[in-house]
Amino acid sequence: MSPRGRLLVYRAAFGVLLLAMWELVSGRLIDPFWISSPSRVFAYLWQVVRDGSIFGHLAVTLYETTTGFLIGAVTGIGCGFLLGRRKILAQVLDPYIVAFNGIPRIALAPLFIIWFGIGPNSKVVLVVIVVFFLTFFSTYSGVKGVDLELKNVLRIMGATERQILVKVTIPATVPWIATGLKVSVPYALVGAIVGEFIAASKGLGYLINYQTSLFSTTGALGGILIVAAIVVISSEAINWAEAYLLRWRPREETRTDREVY
Amino acid sequence: MTPLLSVEGVSKEFLVRGKRIVALDSITLALEQGEFVTVVGPSGCGKSTLLNLIVGLLSPSAGRILLRGRPINGINPEIGYVTQKDNLLPWRTLVQNVEIALEIRGVDPRERRRRAGVLIQQVGLGGFEGHYPHELSGGMRQRANIIRTLIYEPQLILMDEPFGPLDAQTRIVLQDQLLGLWNAARKTIIFITHDLVEAIALADRVVMMTSRPGKVKSVTGVPIPRPRDVYQIHESPAFRSTHETLWRELRPEVSLAESWRGGIRP
Ligand SMILES: Nc1ncnc2c1ncn2[C@@H]1O[C@H](COP(=O)(O)OP(=O)(O)OP(=O)(O)O)[C@@H](O)[C@H]1O
Ligand SMILES: [Mg+2]
Repeated sequence: MSPRGRLLVYRAAFGVLLLAMWELVSGRLIDPFWISSPSRVFAYLWQVVRDGSIFGHLAVTLYETTTGFLIGAVTGIGCGFLLGRRKILAQVLDPYIVAFNGIPRIALAPLFIIWFGIGPNSKVVLVVIVVFFLTFFSTYSGVKGVDLELKNVLRIMGATERQILVKVTIPATVPWIATGLKVSVPYALVGAIVGEFIAASKGLGYLINYQTSLFSTTGALGGILIVAAIVVISSEAINWAEAYLLRWRPREETRTDREVY
Repeated sequence: MTPLLSVEGVSKEFLVRGKRIVALDSITLALEQGEFVTVVGPSGCGKSTLLNLIVGLLSPSAGRILLRGRPINGINPEIGYVTQKDNLLPWRTLVQNVEIALEIRGVDPRERRRRAGVLIQQVGLGGFEGHYPHELSGGMRQRANIIRTLIYEPQLILMDEPFGPLDAQTRIVLQDQLLGLWNAARKTIIFITHDLVEAIALADRVVMMTSRPGKVKSVTGVPIPRPRDVYQIHESPAFRSTHETLWRELRPEVSLAESWRGGIRP
């Protein structure tokens, strides 16, 4: 079996083990009222899928997360490049950025609800803020850290500043941007869910909160399981895109892959 | 006839945390079109600084540098620079690195692929076109570093210890390839090295610098006919006598530089 295939088998086995332990503990050691059980949770999930009631919540949360993620990433990356290349501007704005970044996001959530209503807009704004700072800081340090010698090589060849930006600065910053985006994925979802917890009428966060208020651990855990699945799937997608974009980077594996014994 | 490059009384000082460091002290040097000049001198004597001044990355504290009689201000695309570190772009394959200067100039993709291909074959890198820099050996990267400058045919090419980190055998192979390329194109080359044998094997003239502050100590012509066989060059009597002369001059500079190591001269 390929190393990748073996890895997947081990991963699945670990998941099954966890679920089995949960199932065994539930009802024997701990009352299912507190921790529900995998069979109950999956039955619940199957039911809400069948009657279609989950899709509305899923769609709202996905909409808030992806819209906020896209806006936050684009503006964060854009500002990172702008400030990375305009030293004066960066120096002027520095204390404000530090201060703004220091505010806990959760403290902003109620304010956004006052300003933008209990609909998806307030959650989109919250996700934008979360993703903006993560991508901004990683892009900014990437742009500032670009090897001056590489830029000089092109300058000496007669490149314009624009060509240096496209052929050196941007590709050299891609690994940093990728890291920023990767870290942002779970935080974007957390931002949307936290917003929905505070005030909403739809969304997975609302669902989890609502189920908890009914003391339905089955429903709450079902919602949490969906959130976890979204994070895993989107992280995998980003990892895959990163590996493709950064295929020029030396990796530990590439050496052994090519070695002939 | 005006020389291709003339360096006239150039000095360069750096201010490091309030202390003035004189890196170069009134350097005067002239190069004719098509000449191959090597520069030797102890570490820290300002060789890299001299090249940075000529290419326009730094400007002199005193004196001036003329290219065909016109003062150099700023970067001049007629001057190519092969840096000490290979500085290949890690996200570009070998062939993409080699053709980048043509890409900047807007040369048609098929034409630049062709010209890159010719050079890659000439230095024995055929078959590695699609490899990324980290998948190449140090010697291969240095070859790529050199041909990506040769490809756009700058009139004057500066090389800063391009074979420095390589083993002795690879160096000789690359010296041979470099002489072949130079013979074919007849560009003007300033080549820095700390290896006297290499300096003599390649050069028409060898410029010897003193330890810091760097001055020109001597300029010695190399009376070995071309084309040269770098594999056998140490057997030629002309090589031996040049080597002896130069070594006698370099010797006191090297020990001076050693005794200053780590400290800043008052
Ligand atoms: N940007 C700089 N700022 C301050 N001092 C510098 C700078 N560049 C070079 N120097 C100083 O100038 C002197 C000459 O440096 P340079 O790099 O030109 O030496 P070199 O002859 O190329 O040495 P090596 O053979 O070790 O490469 C050194 O003493 C160094 O400390
Ligand atoms: Mg140097």
